[in-house]
Amino acid sequence: MGLEGRAATLATRSIKKDSKIWAIDTAISMVDLTTLEGMDTDGKVRALCAKALHPDPTDPTCPAVAAVCVYGDLVATTRACVGDRVHVAAVATAFPSGRASMDVKLMDTKQAVADGADEIDMVIDRGAFLAGNYAKVFEEIVAVKEACGDAHLKVILETGELKTYDNVRRASWLAMQAGADFIKTSTGKVSPAATLPVTLLMLEAVRDFADQTGTRIGVKAAGGIKTSKDAIRYLVMVKETVGEDWLNPDMFRFGASSLLNDLLMQRQRMRDGHYSGPDYVTID
Amino acid sequence: MSRVDVRKTHKLFIGGAFPRSESGRTYEVTDSKEQFLANMALASRKDARDAVLAARSAVAKWSSATAYNRGQVLYRIAEVMEGRREQFISEVSDSEGVSSRKAGAHVDAAIDRWVWYAGWADKYAQVIGNTNPVAGPFFNFSVPEPTGVVAAVAPQDASVLGLVSVVAPIIVTGNAVIVMPSSSRPIPAITLAECLATSDVPAGVVNILTGAPAEVMPWLAEHADVNALDLTGIVDEGVAADLERSAAGTVKRVRGAAPHADWQATPSLSRMRAFVEVKTVWHPMGV
Repeated sequence: MGLEGRAATLATRSIKKDSKIWAIDTAISMVDLTTLEGMDTDGKVRALCAKALHPDPTDPTCPAVAAVCVYGDLVATTRACVGDRVHVAAVATAFPSGRASMDVKLMDTKQAVADGADEIDMVIDRGAFLAGNYAKVFEEIVAVKEACGDAHLKVILETGELKTYDNVRRASWLAMQAGADFIKTSTGKVSPAATLPVTLLMLEAVRDFADQTGTRIGVKAAGGIKTSKDAIRYLVMVKETVGEDWLNPDMFRFGASSLLNDLLMQRQRMRDGHYSGPDYVTID
Repeated sequence: MSRVDVRKTHKLFIGGAFPRSESGRTYEVTDSKEQFLANMALASRKDARDAVLAARSAVAKWSSATAYNRGQVLYRIAEVMEGRREQFISEVSDSEGVSSRKAGAHVDAAIDRWVWYAGWADKYAQVIGNTNPVAGPFFNFSVPEPTGVVAAVAPQDASVLGLVSVVAPIIVTGNAVIVMPSSSRPIPAITLAECLATSDVPAGVVNILTGAPAEVMPWLAEHADVNALDLTGIVDEGVAADLERSAAGTVKRVRGAAPHADWQATPSLSRMRAFVEVKTVWHPMGV
């Protein structure tokens, strides 16, 4: 009820000065620095890893990001670059469409984990979900969770394809019941991707799940978050919905690529006292 | 029955749109006899930042447009201004306290200045650039390329002629500009903005911020995404020196203050030359 209204109201909060400095550093530490292109290469992934470890090479006080997120075949390269200093997330289960047989999805997952991924971003079968075949979706998540072993499982709902808020709520609940460690809004390949209302809804689902079961599930907002202002709005929403326990990289993430540069420019702005520009951050 | 006045709200010109100042502030502008003329938007640093974003996103397309196209667009500005000649004359004579005849001469000169620079669009590169003699098997040549985003202060006295004389040479070479017009005589600048908005000038190539240069310019001088400063209209030498010093932090190109230049005189190439970067290419040949 009143989801869009509440999200819009929270988005009007103005975060300045010390709070803004804190929010920017927190947001940087929550970024899953992502490259999910058909044209990705080892070289590009290595450059991305260097950026993940030292987002602002001119400032050693800048925190590292939370994780580097890549396709399964690039996990080994990524792990070799970052060691154990940041997490390595792999998209698996026939990302982004999820259209493959169960065996392929499980192999995809197991291979990524074997190569060194400690977080798996899986997509749900939206076709089955929309057809009402919830049991199939549930069992897939359970099976993938098992294939993950110790790796954290993030379940991508692809909210842009679920059409209604009711569906998002239902899918969130289903994923959490099935053993997801994180629920994630989108693949970033479908528009609309993450929006404030849909993330608010998922945060509320997470809050209710924690109230009922005592288990805390994380949330990852991915796709379409490009500016620091947007990121700070998400942080405000997290604080107001689930509380400060979720304001850390273990419980909340941003899936993004261009967001990081904007955060860095804002960080430089707060540090140097003047506006920064794209010439002063690294090119992706 | 008498008509209800249709009063105009004078706003900023950023990214092809006419927003109010983000700060919501305005200031009063009077004519030369201290009579109230209008409330103008008083630009803030946030407006300046928005203008830089608009200019930055415009510069790629504008700088890669052909020289012929840029020339046509500049000529188009002259055409549209010509249609508003009477409005410009009355605004200039109100603001500057000069006779209609004198104001007419200013406006005509401003329109002609667009035509003059329009003609240079496909010619300055031949004059500023060159093929260079070198002792080796190379074809060596230099071409001028736009500097990028320029923040400029137009002269305080010549409200329309001075403004055009500052803006035209910056944009003809493919730069985008954020310009602060005369703060005491800004009304013709907004009318010029209306001409620019209807002259096929891509949104963001010219952005006009009315207000106090002493408040806004330091932010633009320090802004890392601004490539050059044109301080022509800065009257106070101390302010100009401070701005130059701030600009040094991000190695900006700076053209110094010239508040009392003679704007009626035919310009030289120097203003176009000020905001281009010369690229020299060594091309192997004859081997």
